[in-house]
Amino acid sequence: MKWLINLFVLSCKQVRRNRIKSSLTILGTAAGMFLFLTVSSMQMSLKKTTEVQAGDDTLVVYRDKRFCPFTSRLPIDYRRKISALAGVKSVTPVKVIVSNCGTSLDTVCFRGIPKESVRSFLAEVKLLQGSFGNWEHSSDGAFLGESLAKRRGLKLGDKFDAAGITVRVAGIVSSTNEQQKNVAYVHLDFLQQASGHGLGVVTQFNVKVNDYRNLEKVAKEIDLLFARDREPTHTRPEKAFVAQIAKNMVELVGFTHILGVGAVFAVLTLITNTIILAVRSRMKDIAVLRAIGYRGEHLLWITLGEGLIYGFCGGLIGIVLAYTMIYYGHFSISNEGVSLVISANKSLLVQAITLALSLGFIAGLYPAILANRGSVADSLRRV
Amino acid sequence: MSNEIVRCVGIDKVYKKGGTEITPLQKLQLSIREGEFVAIMGPSGSGKTTLLNLLAGIDTPSSGQIFFRNEEISRLKRKQLSKFRAQHIGYIFQLYYLIPVLTAYENVELPLLIGSYSASERHKRVEVSLKMADIHDRASHYPRQLSGGQEQRVAIARALVTDPTLLVADEPTGDLDEDSAQHILQFLRRLANEHRKTIVMVTHDREAAKYADRTLHLRKGVLINEVVN
Repeated sequence: MKWLINLFVLSCKQVRRNRIKSSLTILGTAAGMFLFLTVSSMQMSLKKTTEVQAGDDTLVVYRDKRFCPFTSRLPIDYRRKISALAGVKSVTPVKVIVSNCGTSLDTVCFRGIPKESVRSFLAEVKLLQGSFGNWEHSSDGAFLGESLAKRRGLKLGDKFDAAGITVRVAGIVSSTNEQQKNVAYVHLDFLQQASGHGLGVVTQFNVKVNDYRNLEKVAKEIDLLFARDREPTHTRPEKAFVAQIAKNMVELVGFTHILGVGAVFAVLTLITNTIILAVRSRMKDIAVLRAIGYRGEHLLWITLGEGLIYGFCGGLIGIVLAYTMIYYGHFSISNEGVSLVISANKSLLVQAITLALSLGFIAGLYPAILANRGSVADSLRRV
Repeated sequence: MSNEIVRCVGIDKVYKKGGTEITPLQKLQLSIREGEFVAIMGPSGSGKTTLLNLLAGIDTPSSGQIFFRNEEISRLKRKQLSKFRAQHIGYIFQLYYLIPVLTAYENVELPLLIGSYSASERHKRVEVSLKMADIHDRASHYPRQLSGGQEQRVAIARALVTDPTLLVADEPTGDLDEDSAQHILQFLRRLANEHRKTIVMVTHDREAAKYADRTLHLRKGVLINEVVN
């Protein structure tokens, strides 16, 4: 099977020495795969953000029929009533203020939480810089999600201003929860005062339950409790809540799915076209190779080899560029205070390079059949 | 015949072109000895190239038999014929047909890439072939950097690199100037004399045919005359 290696080297030479054609094909493939990975990363991030998973134990209590943080105003004394319900582990009132209520790529979302609840509320986050002590002892202290900090270039001790609220960075946090990557956690009373909405009002309550299997049951009980109150509530699992708020983003990202499919199709047709043109322009060479003893499998491998090289090189360039852009760009799309932090993980990279190779392979099949068609004598007569 | 290498027994070749049946070869009988240099002459359409392709295992006869060292090759399947060509045949084309993106060295190496040769053995064989064809000093040149005569030498080195039993040449000097043509013919003659290579050459040129041991004359697919030079 030495010929497999020898002929793959031959394919590499063919690709390398047809520089302009190969470069354009590889660049086109790279552009397609760049688009594919970017779109896939958005889709995957959205899925991670909105998909309710077994084990999720947090409910969000929001004002019924309200989707904007500015219009959801719940009395803080609801906390006591919710805490009294069976199955509730803890209740954290949260005040949300966003710098931009619409869809934006650079929205700052402040979440005000009571001083005494900060350690339990952020129990699952990892402190990259700063400490809980810093935050607790500074009334304008803020814990920033790492995406927000990186995007704005902020570090411990820096002051920053958004939505008319000025805070000091008391820590930077990292979390597997996408929502916590693009948020500034501040003191609840500080945020209530700074926003001018009054001390007794919060945007939502984050409720942890004792048993995640009781999530729906507790949600119903909460809504029933306030059904006839002055501010009726709508309680959902955290990710379902995010999914509802992020409806516009879901539609937007859903549309990008079409772009991703288009990118894959473009890559496939581009490589196929390039190889078909190459095969057609090389009918003489192919006839000669057949005359000197090259068999169908040899020609197939040479042609497939070219497809694989285009797929791999173009795919790799596109994927590396897309990953670098996503990794260092710290992009997040926010809507109504909900953030979609765009990230690419390793499994997606493996998927993308496998797809690029598969496209290269599939693209090489038809030209390979074309190269091996007809008798050798006919091929020689035609050249 | 004791050292007979190729024997054709009553071969016919018939094919259809645009609904018309064409018979480029009819009831041809032929025998070629090992180390013999045979020239095939005849007007256009007389079946010279068809005969050459049949001898080289590129085409198969419609009827009749072709034996190569007593093995019938006229009934071999497509894949078997490819193997046969790779092992036993060296093909020299009129227009050289070198692959433009490969150097002279890489063009000569092509037939070895599908064999089970090691890299060092391939290197050794290519070097020997290039030296035999006296084109060793142009090994790293691309076809576009070579003259017609040099390109044909590279093509001959490519045909020789597998050490084939039979060299078939389709008008190898047809596209060359007189000097280059003479050099190529002298070289082919030397291959037959010194290396015992069996050569079958199609040519239109009577002067070229004089380098062969024997000249076969074809007309309308029939062998009409045979001249020993």
